[in-house]
Amino acid sequence: MSGTDDGEPLLEVRELCKYFSEGSGMLGGVTFDREFPFFKRQHGDVRAVESVSFDIEKGETLGLVGESGCGKSTLARTVLRLLEPTSGSVYFKGEDLASLSGEPLRRKRKDMQMIFQDPQSSLDPRMKVGPIVEEPMKAHGMLDEEGREARAKELLEKVGLDPQHYNRYPHAFSGGQRQRVNLARALSVNPDFIVCDEPVSALDVSIQAQVLNTMRDLQEEFDLTYLFIAHDLSVIRHISDRVAVMYLGQMVEIADKEELFENPQHPYTRALLDAIPVPDPRSEGRTALLTGDVPSPIDPPSGCRFRTRCPSLIRPAEYDMTDPEWANVVEFQRAVKRRSFETTNRAAVRQRHFADAEPGGEAGTLLDEAIGHVAAGEWEEAERLLTESFADRSVCATEEPAYEVSPTHGESRHYAACHLVRDDAVAAGEETELASSVGERFAGSADVGEADD
Amino acid sequence: MSEPLLSVENLKTQFFTEDGTVRAVDGISFDVHEGEIVGLVGESGAGKSVATSSLLRLVESPGEIVGGEITFKGRTLFGLEEDANGELRPRDDMLSEEEMRREIRGREIAIIFQDPMESLNPVFTVGGQLREFIELNRDLSEKEAKREAIDMLREVGIPAPETRYDEYPHQFSGGMRQRVLIAMALACQPDLIIADEPTTALDVTVEGQILEMVKELQTKYDTSFIWVTHDMSVVAEICDRVNVMYLGEIIEHATVDDLFYDTKHPYTRALLDSMPRPDETVHELNPIEGVMPEAIDPPAGCRFHSRCPDAREVCREVHPEPRDLADEGEPTHRAACVKYDAFDVGYDESRPIEGDAAGGFGAGLTRTGGEE
Repeated sequence: MSGTDDGEPLLEVRELCKYFSEGSGMLGGVTFDREFPFFKRQHGDVRAVESVSFDIEKGETLGLVGESGCGKSTLARTVLRLLEPTSGSVYFKGEDLASLSGEPLRRKRKDMQMIFQDPQSSLDPRMKVGPIVEEPMKAHGMLDEEGREARAKELLEKVGLDPQHYNRYPHAFSGGQRQRVNLARALSVNPDFIVCDEPVSALDVSIQAQVLNTMRDLQEEFDLTYLFIAHDLSVIRHISDRVAVMYLGQMVEIADKEELFENPQHPYTRALLDAIPVPDPRSEGRTALLTGDVPSPIDPPSGCRFRTRCPSLIRPAEYDMTDPEWANVVEFQRAVKRRSFETTNRAAVRQRHFADAEPGGEAGTLLDEAIGHVAAGEWEEAERLLTESFADRSVCATEEPAYEVSPTHGESRHYAACHLVRDDAVAAGEETELASSVGERFAGSADVGEADD
Repeated sequence: MSEPLLSVENLKTQFFTEDGTVRAVDGISFDVHEGEIVGLVGESGAGKSVATSSLLRLVESPGEIVGGEITFKGRTLFGLEEDANGELRPRDDMLSEEEMRREIRGREIAIIFQDPMESLNPVFTVGGQLREFIELNRDLSEKEAKREAIDMLREVGIPAPETRYDEYPHQFSGGMRQRVLIAMALACQPDLIIADEPTTALDVTVEGQILEMVKELQTKYDTSFIWVTHDMSVVAEICDRVNVMYLGEIIEHATVDDLFYDTKHPYTRALLDSMPRPDETVHELNPIEGVMPEAIDPPAGCRFHSRCPDAREVCREVHPEPRDLADEGEPTHRAACVKYDAFDVGYDESRPIEGDAAGGFGAGLTRTGGEE
């Protein structure tokens, strides 16, 4: 069961969840109010990562993107078992990390390293660079003192620094060079897998390119596998083999790099791609910008979590209306939610939101009622009515999407969590789950792991 | 063209430290016309932020503006003259500290900083801070100011502004906070807003929303902007004219289209080439070799010669001042690089500098400790 054959994934993550409890601590979860009973205590879990599954093959780079607050870093830390997973499994070379603890886990850490975003704060300012690089080897009892020093110098050279700098302090290095020291430290224990959490975000573009090139060269030389987190899609496109897109704690799309950039299926991925600024003044600029903010992970939307911001929310089957009419309804519902009205006059609201297409029939009656509430200043009623009769009836709200489509670029599976692709899907729902090798191969150990929890 | 709104001539700001004088801004000149967005681009340490603080005379000890002239709407924000003994002293028409505070800062020239959390007071409500600012600067009553504040919040796209008015900064997301600061900057309808990397800390999606909003508001209020950034994509999207800074100097100035399509200075070229592109897959990036030297001890000659792929011997000796390289009738396109004929210092005959750009291992090592 140990060891990894070629072609098998190095890392297999299955149904991984990580919740943070909001109610911990004496005043945890307490909110104060001006009316009786003046305070209330609520217990809600922050569902930072929720049932995430993916594989990383040996020697590949999986890019992980998403807006800030979507759970990228939490996922990375949970995968490395720096955080205790709430449920789910992480198979690293076939062994479930989630079920390990104590010394066996500590020994495993030798194979998995991490590089952090801020090169300044991840280096001890009072330690010289040489000992910093040697530290992990010491912790894992590798080599003797002389051997460690020789290896540290060799690694400094490998990452593009001068071995003579062994005796310098981190402050004498620039940001890019500090990140190289971090690289050397991560490499010192000869790991198979490195999680890079926004390693170049804090660097200037010109330096960014140098570090990215070095990371790529090192990957080839040491046969490394990267999980590369970034919010910058240009960087992801440069470094990754496959890309996973995360939204509010869940994976929304995973595909080959070319496939994801050239044939994105999920509206969120498309929105992200459209939002990247192109360094070209003659380009048309960004289009179809997302509105609103990421909702709170304490009480995420039902069904597809992206539906509250989705530009292509699916029309509920029971209403008979055209696409422009439906688009206006969605727009109006979101505007009411944001209370972004300058006037609440009936005619003005109609003119502004339904000038080109106003639905009739049952939907029209409901809308009329909602506009009435708005005109009367009854925001909550208007919001509730619109949400219950429209937004919550969409398939996007009632069913959680999970589909697999056939890729047009590359060979890898293309997973997209969006109901829009249901007609083209080659697999849906549970079939898309990476039914995978582990499921069967490690069925036994997985059960044991769960029993332990 | 009409009289510029703001014009900066040969501005020099220096920091007097124990290790020597840091020439953070070393003789930059640029102007801003009414209703345009002027970019100020460069890597960290290029002197962008010092330049913008100098405009509002916000440079603090040990820093000091040591030379140059800043004129805004015909008033002198900064200007020196020689007195009888040949010593430099402020000119009589230079605005006093009091006048700067009361009449210029916030009212005529507003500034938006990169980190919105640091610009908002965490112990006061967002609405309260905005209201107070409007009340003081526009002489409105508390009630009117509150109404104005809520309108401004709605204008910059804060959902449910009436309720959000009473919330604290920590209850806002990063993008929302930046919107509040933009509302604050716009509240007094200033003629010029200095935006110092306002979207750098934000996600691309939010950045897109904010830039879109700024463009709309700019058309509506006809405000001019100085947009400080290190991101060429943002420049391409929002700026009309661009100044590229390197080590305290403006090394290229052009309209945004010329800067991207008729790039003159090798540094600008290198900066553009080193960026990963979102719209195509590039196998190998072309980084700029080495790191920017310290402003305390800039290289002689052209300051970029130690990293420049086109550097020749002459670049070590001649320090180029930006010159207009545009054809007649074309908009100005200034660049400071001796490889162009306009400079005529014998670049073509000069020997290329070899190996210096790569500089071995030591080249990038900074003497005092890299960027802060």
